Amino acid sequence: MKEILGTTGLVMNEPLLWEKGGNGRCGFSMPRRDVESSPIDEGLVGPVPDFPELSEVDVVRHYTRLSQWNYGVDTGMYPLGSCTMKYNPKVNEKYASLPGFTGAHPLLPPSMVQGALKLMYDLERFLSEITGMDTTTLQPAAGAQGELMGTMLIYAFLRSKGEHRSKFLIPDTAHGTNPASVSLCDFHPIPVKSNEDGILSPEAVAEVMDEDVAGILVTNPNTLGFFEENIREIGEIVHGKGGLVYCDGANMNAVMGIVEMGKIGVDVMHLNLHKTFSTPHGGGGPGSGPVCVKKHLEPFLPVPRVVQEEGTYRLSSEYPDSIGKVHGFYGNFGVMIKAYSYIMSMGPENLKKASQLAVLNANYVKESLKTVFNLPYDRPCMHECVFSDKKLNVHKITTLDVAKRLIDCGFHPPTIYFPLVVPGAIMVEPTETESKETLDEFIETCKIIANEAEETPDLLHDAPKNAKVQRLDEVTAARQPCLAD
Amino acid sequence: MKSIDELNLPENYRYAEDHEWAKLEGDKVRVGLDDYAQDQLQAIVYVELPQVGDSIKKGEPFGVVESVKAVVDCYMPVGGEIIAVNTALVDSPGLVNESPYDEGWMIDIKPTDLTEMDTLYTRGSIREAILKKVTKEGQ
Repeated sequence: MKEILGTTGLVMNEPLLWEKGGNGRCGFSMPRRDVESSPIDEGLVGPVPDFPELSEVDVVRHYTRLSQWNYGVDTGMYPLGSCTMKYNPKVNEKYASLPGFTGAHPLLPPSMVQGALKLMYDLERFLSEITGMDTTTLQPAAGAQGELMGTMLIYAFLRSKGEHRSKFLIPDTAHGTNPASVSLCDFHPIPVKSNEDGILSPEAVAEVMDEDVAGILVTNPNTLGFFEENIREIGEIVHGKGGLVYCDGANMNAVMGIVEMGKIGVDVMHLNLHKTFSTPHGGGGPGSGPVCVKKHLEPFLPVPRVVQEEGTYRLSSEYPDSIGKVHGFYGNFGVMIKAYSYIMSMGPENLKKASQLAVLNANYVKESLKTVFNLPYDRPCMHECVFSDKKLNVHKITTLDVAKRLIDCGFHPPTIYFPLVVPGAIMVEPTETESKETLDEFIETCKIIANEAEETPDLLHDAPKNAKVQRLDEVTAARQPCLAD
Repeated sequence: MKSIDELNLPENYRYAEDHEWAKLEGDKVRVGLDDYAQDQLQAIVYVELPQVGDSIKKGEPFGVVESVKAVVDCYMPVGGEIIAVNTALVDSPGLVNESPYDEGWMIDIKPTDLTEMDTLYTRGSIREAILKKVTKEGQ
């Protein structure tokens, strides 16, 4: 290895915008008035909002400096397990910036937004095809809202048959939002333990499945990075008692064009366009969590839906069994454009190839590091692999110390302490967009850190040293949060 | 993180699968989290406790503990009525870390069936269980 990627560099402190600038300073010249002056309606007059007064250069430097404190996937590898932080091709931004899209108002009549409606109509069909499901709605704003909405579809489906069930099965390898989503929909989450291979056994599901269970919410591939191999049999058990199968498709990046979810017993699933379909995310969004369903759940999908008649597109709310709206207007449209652009530029063969490479990269990292860190489940993984800090504990080094040291070395840390079934978990998802050189650099860095844990543990305890902000006091931040200054 | 020999697992307490402790004090049972649980969770930042008067069965959740690492449910080691909760934990959740068996207690239960205490681990058997778990993870 040549040298560690991370180094120090000069970044600037930067105050809040409100602490900068001065009275009357302005970054914008009003155009010369070319109409008669007229008084403002009194109802619109009030106290002036507290806006900072700044010049253009004040604002540009402010955001440039803040961006220099940041770390993003355009800076370097971001192996944040379960979040699929793949590189987002810039061509997606180009199409999302087309004035015809950015200038479109959501209340324009359909005749003026045929292109936007066609894009939504086509994207729904692409996603149905990629997942092997029948119909898709693009409305949910992100994955967790997709989960909630999918659960509401199940609720509506059961109600249409005159049934009310109170429980929902949630495996211990599910995403953290899964039990929250079913609880919000008034179901009681029942935990199901995974087996020694890190997947669900049909027996464990059969044991808790009864006629009061509305369904099961399986994250597949699961949060240990394993494909739920028994999913078909599990589906039969759940369907046998009248329940439905929900698949959390946040980990779809492992199986695009490879697994037809509709054929392995899944009734409803959501996708995260901002993960699998390569739209920028992090820092809170925006996301998009389309929900794909089989025919029997279609009547309940949210409205309005895009329909096509003789090549003309319009929005229709004529679905009497619909659960209603779950988002203002039609969902996060900008994200849909980027996902559409990604799918169109990749094509079916390359989407499949992307998944294959994502799986290959994760297995390469797993095999390369399994003697360096502890690997609790030593079997082939999908798109991510989970290590633990067990070997490092003897040197009083924890997962958190490794994560902080990786920052010093120029990498975004992996997901840590999740999933909960692995104490001290280090969950690495390299994605398909990292080259072998970068993966080798990451692996080499992890080896160096494991060595430091033994020989110079204080380097890890004190990390990060190179970052703008050093080790944060998470405990005080959580116990005595300072929410306003 | 503590090694198994550093763990404090006192003799006169009983322990549940999920590392709640239970201690018989007269006719009530006092409950908290054991040293292993608090050490695994690390700094605890929030504790949610039940209402006094609630009746909860053995194995059902009675509260939630949130640490910098995770959020976990706490389960009743024995069933019964909640007769007191440690309100000091609302402002000082860190007491569970600092003094898990004493000032960090969580609830007092009036047990429905005292024989449920016998189903819990003893100091020796919980130590065995932890040892087994730790070894298994190292496969």
